[in-house]
Amino acid sequence: MTTVSEASEKKPARGLAEGGTYQKLLAFASLIMLLIGFSIASPNFMQTSNMIAILQATSVNGVLAIAATLVIITGGIDLSVGTLMTFCAVIAGVVLTYLGMPLLIGVIAAIGAGALCGLISGTFVAKMKIPPFIATLGMMLILKGLSLVISGTRPIYFNDTPGFDLISRGSLIGEVFPALPIPNGVLILFIMAGVAAYILGRTVLGRYAFALGSNEEAVRLSGVNTDMWKMRIYALAGGICGIGGILIASRLNSAQPALGLGYELEAIAAVVIGGTSLSGGRGTILGTLIGALIMAVLTNGLRVLSVAQEWQTVVTGVIIILAVYADMVRRGKTG
Amino acid sequence: MKQLVEMGGIDKFFPGVHALKGVQFDLEPGEVHALMGENGAGKSTLMKILSGIYPRDGGTLKIGGQEANPTSPSEAQDLGIGIIHQELSLMNDLTAAQNIFIGREPRKSFGRLDEAALNTQTAEIFASMNLALDPRALVGSLTIAKQQMIEIAKALSFKSKVLIMDEPTAALNDAEIAELFVIIRRLKAEGVGIVYISHKMDELKQIADRVTVMRDGEYVGTVGAADTPISQIIAMMVGREVKEEPLEVPDLGDAEVSLQVSGLTRGKDIQDVSFSVQKGEILGFAGLMGAGRTEVARAIFGADTRDAGEIRVHGKSVAIKSPSDAVRAGIGYLSEDRKHFGLATGMNVRDNVALASMDLFTGTGGALDEAQLESTAKSYIAQLGIRTPSDVQEVRLLSGGNQQKVVIAKWLLRDCDILIFDEPTRGIDVGAKSEIYKLLEELASEGKTIIVISSELPEIMRLSHRIAVMCEGRLTGILPGGKSTTQEDIMHLATQREAAMQVTGTVQ
Repeated sequence: MTTVSEASEKKPARGLAEGGTYQKLLAFASLIMLLIGFSIASPNFMQTSNMIAILQATSVNGVLAIAATLVIITGGIDLSVGTLMTFCAVIAGVVLTYLGMPLLIGVIAAIGAGALCGLISGTFVAKMKIPPFIATLGMMLILKGLSLVISGTRPIYFNDTPGFDLISRGSLIGEVFPALPIPNGVLILFIMAGVAAYILGRTVLGRYAFALGSNEEAVRLSGVNTDMWKMRIYALAGGICGIGGILIASRLNSAQPALGLGYELEAIAAVVIGGTSLSGGRGTILGTLIGALIMAVLTNGLRVLSVAQEWQTVVTGVIIILAVYADMVRRGKTG
Repeated sequence: MKQLVEMGGIDKFFPGVHALKGVQFDLEPGEVHALMGENGAGKSTLMKILSGIYPRDGGTLKIGGQEANPTSPSEAQDLGIGIIHQELSLMNDLTAAQNIFIGREPRKSFGRLDEAALNTQTAEIFASMNLALDPRALVGSLTIAKQQMIEIAKALSFKSKVLIMDEPTAALNDAEIAELFVIIRRLKAEGVGIVYISHKMDELKQIADRVTVMRDGEYVGTVGAADTPISQIIAMMVGREVKEEPLEVPDLGDAEVSLQVSGLTRGKDIQDVSFSVQKGEILGFAGLMGAGRTEVARAIFGADTRDAGEIRVHGKSVAIKSPSDAVRAGIGYLSEDRKHFGLATGMNVRDNVALASMDLFTGTGGALDEAQLESTAKSYIAQLGIRTPSDVQEVRLLSGGNQQKVVIAKWLLRDCDILIFDEPTRGIDVGAKSEIYKLLEELASEGKTIIVISSELPEIMRLSHRIAVMCEGRLTGILPGGKSTTQEDIMHLATQREAAMQVTGTVQ
């Protein structure tokens, strides 16, 4: 009966904590162990500049992983987050560089385009009942193609938009605390994580996201307009991908239309490592954040140790399998 | 005669729970031995020990007179123990024969499958059961009853001498139950011992030789099925006599007609069904499996589309195209399958109570008022007597009766005054049943309109102020509740395949 008293004391701050707690502790412990291990292996690893590089590398994947988490919690999947990010970057490029509009309009256009594409994916899934895997697979290819078409297969540079590169590379924190030059991209990631966690844990949208992933038919038979809520989640995820698009475009100071494919898998990997269930109903933003950090630390650490790129990819694959296996072992024990 | 199974002093511990306390059980060849007890009494745990799924922590187990210690289902199978689970575990896209021999298919050289031998061997088993079934039939295309026969055939194909059946009739209609009993009697005659787990008292009288009752993990006693009154068995199960309180049909006079359905039609499932219910009334829907009662409920609720028919709520015609339209009109539907259609099982009590009314708890910016959610959930927990350690307990951990109360709370909170209960006590044990009945009666006396669909005639007769009877998609009649209607009257209408009278006006 010990489990009961634990459950009753647990506060339902679900967005950040509850659900897959063990997995997250494990993920967090792995993160710490990786950090310690790499620090011992290489004195260059634990430098402030390298830590900041890791955070910077996490920012784009982290933002996309947050978007993917929202959809995965509803029991769906979004394979289009990577190419949608690119598409939004290209849209920003068109609006800012080709049309010469002000910076803010470009940002709004990118986020708006993301939300619209997410809404379209959501419509495929909710209204047309196309399985999310297929709907977003189609969307992934459509957006990859459209990015190339719109940009004329050439990168669009943001040299005419002063300050665009500062969105990701500048450091507001560094201006206040010069010792901590954390780039804005990382700040934006953490703000997005906070917002997403709040939405998941404290709003109707979030509660229905978990409910949909837990038992969609029961939610529908409760008189809830499940289609609408699902479309909203996909649209929100799309909008977040739009922010991801701004971040990557700002970091590269260009919209690279050929980029994007493969990012969706890295994002999903971060989600899974972070303990979110691919069958829906369980998951946290904090876990996803840790998952994204683990992947970035791993990539960075192996590079610092001069491990070849090819092997870095192999190790990432192994980590994903180990992470999910750990989750399975836990469930086997409790269930 | 040598005992097939002898279990004595069986103990089983789960973390924090003493699940079985020195339980005994035995089985003779050629007998049907019913195992009874409320949910959580330990029946399934005991049978899982017998079938090698759980190891025992104490006690003795003899199979066929030999000390046995099965540590896996396949070891138990080798010892002649077959189990047929409540939830069938067949692969719908494979044929009957492929299902029966899954994992031990007859083979030819180079690992090629010998389909011919497979089908012949299956046909032999079917013949021994006197079952007319094509071994090549796809399992998914068969009725639940036939699928169950295949499970039995599968168990027999292991040369099982002991067959454990867990609620075998839960999904069967009367004709199918009769079919099953024919098979069971044939197996008995061949000396197979059958452990029969069921909640249905009338079945025990028909099929069982002995009854063993368990309660709270303890052995209560073993009695003969034929010479023990049902009330005594129930008393053994619940530890007290359950009194049937006589139904008093209230005089509703000219109370408002809150729900009027006319000409409801949906393909062959629902044919021109018309009826009305008054405020404060409990209308029972009786009929055999497949009579179309659930279909009527789902059509009214907008869960399925309908071809024709008007629905009037409180006199006003309402266009119901989806469950959210129905809920807006004040109609709530409580499905028989709570786990699939009623509850978000992975979520807690608090969220499930609020599932249909999240908008009530939404403040600025879509933020949820968690404190109000909590106090609302707690007030329903108190009001309906939901037994849960807290309002943040996951609902999957609650018992069936308490899960049902959570669903009821969901609709009460949504302010639905027309509630359709589909098999409200399915999977709920005897003690909790009467609690649910009282709750329904209280709701009716508070002015809610209640529709109860049930396959259990005693339940219909216990609750209904009026009884609507359906047969093959048609409403064959509406009978008054109370003593003037007998089970025979209802069964007569439930089997009336051609409408002898057209039911049009329904308010008596």
